Amino acid sequence: MGNRINKKLNEDGKLLSIYFTAGYPKLGDTVEIIQQLEKNGVDIIEIGLPFSDPLADGPTIQQSSTAALKNGMTTEILFDQLKDIRKSVSIPLIIMGYFNPMLQYGVDAFCKKCQEIGVDGLIIPDLPVDVYHEEYQETFEKYGLINVFLITPQTSEKRIRFIDSVSNGFIYMVSSASVTGAQSGFGDEQQAYFQRIADMKLKNPQIVGFGISNSETFEQATKSAKGAIIGSAFIKHLNGHGVDGIDKFIETIR
Amino acid sequence: MKTYQADEKGYYGEFGGAYIPEMLYPNTEELRQNYIRIMQDPSFKKEFDQLLKDYVGRPTPLYFADRLSRKYNTKIYLKREDLCHTGAHKVNNTIGQILMAKKLGKNRIIAETGAGQHGVATATVCALMGIECIVYMGEIDIARQAPNVARMKMLGAEVRPALSGSRTLKDATNEAIRDWINNPVDTHYIIGSVVGPHPYPDMVARFQSVISEEIKWQLKEKEGRENPDYVVACVGGGSNAAGAFYHYLDIPEVGIIAVEAAGKGIDSGESAATSALGKVGIIHGSKTLLMQTHDGQITEPYSISAGLDYPGVGPMHANLFASGRGEFISITDDDAMKAGLLLSKMEGIIPAIESSHALAILEHRKFKPEDVVVINLSGRGDKDLNNYIEYFNL
Repeated sequence: MGNRINKKLNEDGKLLSIYFTAGYPKLGDTVEIIQQLEKNGVDIIEIGLPFSDPLADGPTIQQSSTAALKNGMTTEILFDQLKDIRKSVSIPLIIMGYFNPMLQYGVDAFCKKCQEIGVDGLIIPDLPVDVYHEEYQETFEKYGLINVFLITPQTSEKRIRFIDSVSNGFIYMVSSASVTGAQSGFGDEQQAYFQRIADMKLKNPQIVGFGISNSETFEQATKSAKGAIIGSAFIKHLNGHGVDGIDKFIETIR
Repeated sequence: MKTYQADEKGYYGEFGGAYIPEMLYPNTEELRQNYIRIMQDPSFKKEFDQLLKDYVGRPTPLYFADRLSRKYNTKIYLKREDLCHTGAHKVNNTIGQILMAKKLGKNRIIAETGAGQHGVATATVCALMGIECIVYMGEIDIARQAPNVARMKMLGAEVRPALSGSRTLKDATNEAIRDWINNPVDTHYIIGSVVGPHPYPDMVARFQSVISEEIKWQLKEKEGRENPDYVVACVGGGSNAAGAFYHYLDIPEVGIIAVEAAGKGIDSGESAATSALGKVGIIHGSKTLLMQTHDGQITEPYSISAGLDYPGVGPMHANLFASGRGEFISITDDDAMKAGLLLSKMEGIIPAIESSHALAILEHRKFKPEDVVVINLSGRGDKDLNNYIEYFNL
């Protein structure tokens, strides 16, 4: 299988991952945004499948999801937009979305479609690791998909070890107890948490998300982690500039 | 034995569970590990029972509705939850959960509310205990339900508008969950119905189960038997129904009738009849029946009754429907309003419009003369006066 995510994680250097909501600002922007991000040196892209009730997201991503749905985005349209993406894009692509739309599409059919298109992994915040392990892991693996789990500063060591054992890509390390886009800058508490996780010597590398918006927070987050994810800050950029100036936004990160 | 209660993982058949982001796991896990132990602790039970008696005014009467019974030629009893302090059954649960929060050492309470009834019940118990209270309410509902917003403020709660999505109950619930994600240590989230991730549906059902516990001994006194032939309740999320059904779930000879809001008609596009219109999915951390688009986006329900327009239904009820244990009937706005007016004129009781839906089945479903039918009168109609006035040009 040789998943693109694993290959990328084996490269030297810190990884920059960018999240955006598919269908935002305009329904047809998806492919253009992905191509621009790759061209400007982004390592991994998370494509957000919009949901009406995104529990784990703050106002910025909520609003982009509402707007994307209003623009007409659906699971089928997203898959259709992505059908030729592997002709022009070679970096890892991950779909991030809530579980209900996947359940309605059919988990097996959804995973199969991801494999056909060349999507490498999924992040599903409201599919807990226990349920995944019992009911869906086989399906994901059958289609060569990496499922990425979140951990937070409150996650117990025992549960982190379990998540590590079930994971086969990277662990999404949520920087603080919060929804997305909620904070700015990392204090001592977060640094200590990053270090604590690094000291656990997990088999999966960690990529930090939530609260990363510029080069300073990117550097802090990646001091001990393999990479960092930027979501809300990029959505704000898209909100102001559309698909123009993605190069300038990435320049401000590294 | 086959049971219609939750199993230890919070499943009712295939429904329930805890489909939550990892950020919420520690919060719900703390509750899951402790709720049964705390509820069974004698000091907890004593305080809970005492408050239900002295503060809420329990037991609520089981009233034989003589004129109504004669009209419909069957024996109709009304369980008078409308006589609870704050005007509805909601307070049974908030009393239980505020005591739970205290046992867990929490000093900040959050809640969601649609029409404001659960918000008022939560603000009430927070005032009683002197605990900070924040109630999330959809921006649209705040505008529609001004008197309840004022009540919550008088009781010392802060009402925060939910500005996301459709700005109604489901979005208020989302905002409350987000608050809980942001405040995982000091805050307890008092969910108002038998919805949400495990252990909420089971915990709320247990707090509300006092309703059927009382029906049993009250009916024994009046009819010489604990079990009615039917117990009837309206279902939005389903907390009053869960309480009224609870001790009868596993007694097959008791018929269970759940009444949903058909709104302007099941096929009108403006309805909240989840069992008829919903499909299995995930809402607010629970696998249950919910109203959604083909694509899995949660849709906005409609009912004239603000307490019934939730797009999902508690997992207990989804299982009662799917298994055939419960009989599900949906009642339109018009039929509910007529039933509310009828009860007012025939028995001198003005019911909440939610409860009027349960009453309306008397026009739609035939009972035998010897049948004992207990209808849960979940709330009083004071809050709905404006709706009644407008509807009937009073």
